[in-house]
Amino acid sequence: MRAFLDMGGYAAFVWPAYAVTFAVVVLNVVWARRALARARASARRRLSARSEGP
Amino acid sequence: MSWTWFHRLASPPYVYAFAARLTPWFAWPAALCILGGLWGGLVLAPPDYQQGDGFRILYVHAPSAWMSLMVYTTMAIAAAVGLIWRIKVAHAVAASCAPIGASFTFAALVTGALWGEPMWGTYWEWDPRLTSELVLLFLYLGYMGLRAGIEDTQRADRASAVLAVVGVVNVPIIHYSVVWWNSLHQAPSVMRLAKPTMPPSMLVPLLLMLLGFTLYFVAVLLVRLRGEVLGRERTASWIREVVSA
Repeated sequence: MRAFLDMGGYAAFVWPAYAVTFAVVVLNVVWARRALARARASARRRLSARSEGP
Repeated sequence: MSWTWFHRLASPPYVYAFAARLTPWFAWPAALCILGGLWGGLVLAPPDYQQGDGFRILYVHAPSAWMSLMVYTTMAIAAAVGLIWRIKVAHAVAASCAPIGASFTFAALVTGALWGEPMWGTYWEWDPRLTSELVLLFLYLGYMGLRAGIEDTQRADRASAVLAVVGVVNVPIIHYSVVWWNSLHQAPSVMRLAKPTMPPSMLVPLLLMLLGFTLYFVAVLLVRLRGEVLGRERTASWIREVVSA
């Protein structure tokens, strides 16, 4: 395990590279879901404004 | 040949429902491929005879770089389709691509820098490959900035589509930069006509990562696409059904 984490002396480069990519992968899922939730909320607001209008 | 499938894909309510149904079929295989690729790349693949374990950055760097180019190409094609046939859904696809592509271009640049320092002795060099990839990041950011700066969605769609289509010229420049010019960066070892230059124990995990990232892109794109499609519809009655649930 120690040897695996050490990455043959390249740990300071290998693990940050994996961390950055992992962060981008996770953030894209979070951002996409948030964008969809926002679009749904704003569509709901538009519809209710329309039905309550004059 | 029947064109009904094409017309259905241009219909917002159909696309919204279809995208929702399709997402898990891409998301779960993507997760499996990426987990398999990680296991193969970090554990099973032997250390490189020159770079030792440092070469394992390959398994995140190459998929990120692949995403940066593949997503841009998808975006440019969708933008062109939107411009030519005036299809709203195509513009929605293009708009959905940009933030995904920009973030993976960033990942490709950062993982490349982290690979460059131990192997080349520098994080950054104004090298043809590195510089053209940085230009790609600016193209994505310019596209997103242009969209954000135009209030009217239809005008934003058209203006940003022109930028996306013109910018696609950068994609072959990035790919062939290592062939056309002297570059620190190595030449392609997988994306080439001849046989790949890697043994299967190194190559298979890489192919799994490339496939996994591609499937992942489709899944994230489908989620974003639903939001974009919804935002483009002002009054359509189908919206009431999908947002009331």
